[in-house]
Amino acid sequence: MRTRYWAACLAAVPVLISAALAQDATALRTRGLAATCANCHGTDGRTQGETVPTLAGRDRELIASRLREFRDGKRPATVMHQLAKGYTEEQIDTLAAYFAALKN
Amino acid sequence: MDRRRFLQGAAAVGISGSLGCASTGAVPSKGRVVVIGGGYGGATAAKYTRLFSGGAIDVTLVEPNAAFVSCPISNLVIGGTKTLADLTTGYDALTSKHGVKRVRDSVVGIDATGKTVKLASGDTLAYDKLVVSPGIDLMYDRIEGLQAANAGGQVLQAWKAGPETVALRAQLEAMPDGGVYAITIPEAPYRCPPGPYERACQVASYFKRAKPRSKVLILDANQDVTSKGPLFKRVWAEQYKGIVEYRPQHNAIQVDARAKAVKFDVQQDVKADVLNVLPPMRAGSIAVQSGLANVNSRWCNVDYQTFEATAMKDVHVIGDSIQIAPLMPKSGHMANSHAKVAAAAIVARLLGIEVNPVPMLTNTCYSFVDDKNVIHVASVHRYDADKKTFLTVPGSGGVSAAPSEVEGQYALSWARNIWADTLG
Repeated sequence: MRTRYWAACLAAVPVLISAALAQDATALRTRGLAATCANCHGTDGRTQGETVPTLAGRDRELIASRLREFRDGKRPATVMHQLAKGYTEEQIDTLAAYFAALKN
Repeated sequence: MDRRRFLQGAAAVGISGSLGCASTGAVPSKGRVVVIGGGYGGATAAKYTRLFSGGAIDVTLVEPNAAFVSCPISNLVIGGTKTLADLTTGYDALTSKHGVKRVRDSVVGIDATGKTVKLASGDTLAYDKLVVSPGIDLMYDRIEGLQAANAGGQVLQAWKAGPETVALRAQLEAMPDGGVYAITIPEAPYRCPPGPYERACQVASYFKRAKPRSKVLILDANQDVTSKGPLFKRVWAEQYKGIVEYRPQHNAIQVDARAKAVKFDVQQDVKADVLNVLPPMRAGSIAVQSGLANVNSRWCNVDYQTFEATAMKDVHVIGDSIQIAPLMPKSGHMANSHAKVAAAAIVARLLGIEVNPVPMLTNTCYSFVDDKNVIHVASVHRYDADKKTFLTVPGSGGVSAAPSEVEGQYALSWARNIWADTLG
């Protein structure tokens, strides 16, 4: 059964040699932080549907400034003005850099 | 620390979907994780353990059901504007996109010393880290007569979305105009704090358009509405005036299925045409039976930084089963958030790197007050190393100003995205 399982996996899933092992604690922390956005914005910020914006591949400065505008009450929102207040300056910069570096 | 290299790698993982069964190739397996339960918590933990480890950790998900049925949005089935099929998502993508091995079975025992779980089929699975996400069990025995009344189909809970959700809808459809629907709410904590009040709104919305002489009675064991109280009360007073009646401090202790009556510990009996009784709740049975539920045999204490159980080493409990931190609701969104923190901690430990000292959680709970208008409660939680618990970040979070159709759009978008984030 085990052999069949691996065989099925090998056939079905591409194996990347340049494995993105999250061996670095900071990198793992960043992915964990970004995952707090994924519930509403999709895994790695790749959104389902048109209602909520995709984050992956967006401009770094744009993501950071939007978050700060929500946090400071300068941009109207339904929920983001409440959620953005939960993140520090450093976390906002980290999130912006992470999502900007992803491909949409 | 080489963030750029990692980020490039992360992007590559995103494009391919996952590394899949990378342990057969260049990356040797860094460990085996078994996940019990394929709900919002367990399915997310399985997926994110694969994602965060770049496919280096083998993950097996044990879940008896063929597909995931969401509790969030299920009140719309009771209101009549969604079907159960709308809430149902298969588990296939966890395997095809993320390389999660699935076993359709139930876990009947945990051997924390030998680090194995025993399945109902008799097989055992070995683990290095175990994730337990069994959701809740309903304590029917706390309300006299409820077990039989539920088994006979007369008094439904419909709190675990599935056949009872559809059956409750059928009872409402069969009820004549001028009838009474009553829902009883147990003392907090229970799964989905705003859920019973949303359900009352959904039934009232249906009555208003189809059976306008009918009534909705909310019989709450708590002192007051436990979530979004002012918003719900305004909706009941304005939108459902003369339809919804809210009665606090009604702790149900007995049901009579034939007389369709509920008895309370103090207050007078109530009769209704459709009785929807929610008994007290506790952690899912495997958590109770294995000894993980070490808070009054109901909930599981965890080290919040990692969600490792205080009762067992290398066993992480997430979702509705845990003893909650302050202001932490038992919700699907929260279970998904727990899962990511637990997955990151498991990956860190199995790969030998530092565990995040300040993990974060978010929560957003949307409630439909009719078929289109929605209210929310949102919060952001940060681990406090001194207090060893999650605390809400001061100034963050809040509720809607008023129900709106815009939030209705966001609620449906939320559902689509979290289902994909959990299972896709």
